[in-house]
Amino acid sequence: MIKRLLHELKEYKRASLLAPLCVCGEVIMELMIPFLMSYIIDRGVNAGDIEAIVKYGLMMLVCAFAALFFGAMSGHYSALAAAGFIKNVRDAMFKKIQTFSFANVDRFSTSGLVTRMMTDASNVQQAYQMIIRLGVRAPLILVVAIGMTLYINARLAVIFLIAMVFLAVVLSLITLKSYPLFQKTFQKYDDLNESVQENVGNIRVVKAYVKEEHEISRFDRAVENLKRMFTKAENILVFNSPVMTLTVNACMIALSWFGAQFVVSGQLATGELMSMFTYNMNILMSLMILSMIFVMLSMSLASAKRISEILVEQPTIANPDHPIMEVEDGSIQFRAVSFSYSDTAESEVLHSVDLSIASGETIGILGSTGSSKTTLTNLIPRLYDVSAGAVLVGNRDVREYDLRVLRDSVSVVLQKNVLFSGTIIENMRWGNDQATLEDIQAACKLACADEFIQQFPDKYETFIEQGGTNVSGGQKQRLCIARSLLKHPKVLILDDSTSAVDTRTDAQIRESFRTSLKETTTIIVSQRISSIEDADRILVMEDGRISSIGTHAELLKTSAIYQDVYETQKRGDEE
Amino acid sequence: MSENSRVRSQAKGSTLDMGILKRLIRFIVSSYKKEYAIIIVCLIISALATVSSSLFMRILIDTYITPLLQAVNPDYGPLAHALISLSCIFVLGLIANFIYQKLLVTVSQGTMEKLRKTLFSTMEKLPIRYFDTHAHGDIMSIYTNDIDTLRQVISQSIPQFLNSMFMVVAVFIAMLVISIPLTLITAVMVLVMQYVTRLIMAKSGKYFVLQQDDLGIENGYIEEMMEGAKVVKVFNYETEVISEFERINEGLFNSSFRANKYANILMPIVANLGNVSYVLCALLGGLASLSGVLSLSIGSLASFLALNRSFNQPLNQISQQLNAVIMAMAGAKRIFALMDEVPETDNGQVTLVNAEYTADGTLTETVRETGMWAWKHPHPEGGFDYVKLDGDVRFHDVSFSYDPGHEVLHDINIYAEPGQKIAFVGATGAGKTTITNLINRFYDIDQGSITYDGIDVKLIKKDDLRHSLAVVLQDTNLFSGTIEENIKYARPKATREEVVEAARCVNADSFIKHLDHGYDTQLSHSGSTLSQGQRQLLSIARAALANPPVLILDEATSSIDSRTEKLVQDGMDKLMEGRTTFVIAHRLSTIKNAHVIMVMDHGKIIERGNHESLMAKRGTYYQLYTGLIEND
Repeated sequence: MIKRLLHELKEYKRASLLAPLCVCGEVIMELMIPFLMSYIIDRGVNAGDIEAIVKYGLMMLVCAFAALFFGAMSGHYSALAAAGFIKNVRDAMFKKIQTFSFANVDRFSTSGLVTRMMTDASNVQQAYQMIIRLGVRAPLILVVAIGMTLYINARLAVIFLIAMVFLAVVLSLITLKSYPLFQKTFQKYDDLNESVQENVGNIRVVKAYVKEEHEISRFDRAVENLKRMFTKAENILVFNSPVMTLTVNACMIALSWFGAQFVVSGQLATGELMSMFTYNMNILMSLMILSMIFVMLSMSLASAKRISEILVEQPTIANPDHPIMEVEDGSIQFRAVSFSYSDTAESEVLHSVDLSIASGETIGILGSTGSSKTTLTNLIPRLYDVSAGAVLVGNRDVREYDLRVLRDSVSVVLQKNVLFSGTIIENMRWGNDQATLEDIQAACKLACADEFIQQFPDKYETFIEQGGTNVSGGQKQRLCIARSLLKHPKVLILDDSTSAVDTRTDAQIRESFRTSLKETTTIIVSQRISSIEDADRILVMEDGRISSIGTHAELLKTSAIYQDVYETQKRGDEE
Repeated sequence: MSENSRVRSQAKGSTLDMGILKRLIRFIVSSYKKEYAIIIVCLIISALATVSSSLFMRILIDTYITPLLQAVNPDYGPLAHALISLSCIFVLGLIANFIYQKLLVTVSQGTMEKLRKTLFSTMEKLPIRYFDTHAHGDIMSIYTNDIDTLRQVISQSIPQFLNSMFMVVAVFIAMLVISIPLTLITAVMVLVMQYVTRLIMAKSGKYFVLQQDDLGIENGYIEEMMEGAKVVKVFNYETEVISEFERINEGLFNSSFRANKYANILMPIVANLGNVSYVLCALLGGLASLSGVLSLSIGSLASFLALNRSFNQPLNQISQQLNAVIMAMAGAKRIFALMDEVPETDNGQVTLVNAEYTADGTLTETVRETGMWAWKHPHPEGGFDYVKLDGDVRFHDVSFSYDPGHEVLHDINIYAEPGQKIAFVGATGAGKTTITNLINRFYDIDQGSITYDGIDVKLIKKDDLRHSLAVVLQDTNLFSGTIEENIKYARPKATREEVVEAARCVNADSFIKHLDHGYDTQLSHSGSTLSQGQRQLLSIARAALANPPVLILDEATSSIDSRTEKLVQDGMDKLMEGRTTFVIAHRLSTIKNAHVIMVMDHGKIIERGNHESLMAKRGTYYQLYTGLIEND
């Protein structure tokens, strides 16, 4: 899992190595200072040698500035390495997500994917930055400082070793005991926030059913619960600081007692005793930091896991090994096609559909809501794969084609369509990125979009807000149709894509299709009879089955459903 | 306010709002006066204990080690004595340390509890207007971001600030006592460090704001592309989308790298400048004492150097924590603003009671659950009237405005007899939803009157009025808990049989049965594991179980997936049977059987009648129905 993530380091490997190297330089230089300090005292002040003081003093200054330099460089490289690493990780995640089918996306949920790409990635960035800096620094200080004390006076160093073992045991006990508690607490904390969110979002329901007091007491209970858990966890953590102080103080007293005797008996110089005091602090502080790092690391481990889940996910719809690179014509066949969104049989939404459409034909599809019209059309460009049977385009199974080739030939104007933030031209170029302004204008004229675009002050440069909120529903649909036309597809599917367009414009659009798109297989899904009555053939769908097929005139005679819909929609006109 | 602008305004507003700070301190201290007094005493003791350990080095070297060096037969007795007294000081400091840490947990957790409870109970009692005029994300952010930063302030910043203050004062005095010239050097170096810190912080802050912006941009792009995932696939636009993402991601990398870089280098630079200060003191102190310029013993020098080390760190803490406090004040301001909101008022006197007919045919109150309800109307001179709950709702010349001067409903008259279905159609902003907001008094009208069974709704106690109405809204509105708990939200005492019966009646039973745990299935994240349609079915079942005579229905539209659309429609139809229903229709085919259809435009009812008569009229309804104009 971690290995999969580290694979994305790529060009930031160098920075990832330089950062800990600089940390090494910083630590060594920093820890030289107390050592040289003892020389100033012992060889300088005590020996009355001014030259020695100046010499060691200057050396210390050099060490301090070198440590400053190395420290700053380690800061620079660790920031670079972590930010770069996470940039690559995000790129890799986004690329991977683009290959996902809707089944893949459903598994993670849209908001889940966003959280993984944003929050989890940021967590890993912080953790990585910490590992290559503090994660190296703390253990290194520990080792070097202990080495120094052993070098100065091995017998006194025993004090540190005892203190260190004591502190390490106590700190890990505290951490191990409090960490799971904190994990649980954070879960409770999330639940609490969720309950606030529910109440803010559902406030009308709360008030409509007069549940304010109920919600308040529910929330109060949750708050008290959280407080209890938090207090319990923090009450363990409370021991951290006193234990630390206790150890430092005990070392201080032991050092004073034994140190004084060693100095008097000539085994230790006064300056050396002073540097021991400093190393004492260094060692114990780094233990403290280590326990902090441990907690933060284990927290970000969950994030790293969530990220790698995306990176290793297998797309359920992918290119075949030797894909067909050309679609012969716009003919379509459904052979005993069944489909369900999930694996449970009872949720099957298409039942053994057989259908054959000739290239260039215009097909209308009518059916009540929930009759699976949209599902049927989504199978043609392979947005979903059939559960059983086969869908053929140009006489070949859609699963044999290169996905790009298939989707270039089959253009769907989706029912729930989206425009993206950007100008109209930029949106149009989704259909064909080579399109000239003339091409775009021609497509917009066909879709009856040119007329309203010309009325915008910025015309084709008009900026569309995210989600297309600054154009009306009908205008949005016409822009989406134009965008699809720019692909010059062999098959064009209009999935209820003129529902918000007024009936007159709707008729105009169909008229221009009839004259300009003779070669294109056109499938029009609609709830309005008027939108499909001119089609070569009309399918009437009911509960995931085709209940009847025929021309407008035939269906009026044979299909009860069709008659019924016709009657209700036409009555107004005839009265 | 968006996340980004919030961060920016925090970064900018770096002046301390004393009024808010005072109020915050009052809020924090008010319930814990004793505790805070103890905490301060303990902080002082603990600071003194720390300083005395540095000062002890001077005594150790000058008073004990140096004389002992000259002694022929060293006597360690006095040293042992001194160490024992030092131990006593340490133990005292240790106890003080432990006590204040422990108290801080109690105090900060207690304050958090009080804060959350006050906020939430205030919020729940606010009128709907508050929720309609404040972005929900902003309200949420008070509970998450603002409270969180405040928690940091209470449990860390303020105690550390105080702790550091005491430390700085104690250490500074100790340093002055040992050597004034060396203290001056230390002070100068402190100024240098403060200057460098400010410089780097400014840079880092600038890039952190940029990083926050870039995170927002990237987040927005990902969301937009996830939203439009089908379109991306249909147009084979993956490559273009990826390269655009990489461009945005590169921008985030740039700001994130810089922000972190400056934050990263701050610590080593400041720490090593501290080392420089230490080295300078050692060098100059050593030279001065040797040349006799200053009379500085080795012990004094050693003590001073130890003090020098413990001086820099708390100084940095002070400025850091002060910054944190300033940043948190913006949040505290928002928290107090929410607490100061005025709750919903209610002067209603009329209540809803269980009722039955006595032998002589008059309606009286009873404690039994009769299934029959009555309005209990008190007389000013004493005594009560009882009116049977029927569900007769009338609007008489109602006008309404959300903001004074911008009337959104004009002279609305509606007569809904018990059991009738009244439908509202019209474009977005025509005032359909507003009408339903008035019936249950989410908002109060400006002019005219609304009566319920002949009683002015202003006279009815709000809770009782709302008990007599059920709503089904088009947004999702479930709560965490089991499916059963959600269905019996309005009637917590309902039995499992009643729950199942209500669900079966509105088509919800079949999908619930197929869930792994049936009615005990736990819903999380407001039921996000269910489809939109299934959630809608649950809220219909909830209304069915509540079983009031009047129903307000905001028909769900496009957001429902095609898989459950039909079930939902049938469920709604069943729910409406026998109830006075106000339905906001988005699909005209569903309201053809309404008794009255109100066509609304700009806050007025421009046409009314049943489907047939309106079609015959060839007016706006006809145009809507035949698709000549857009409905919403």
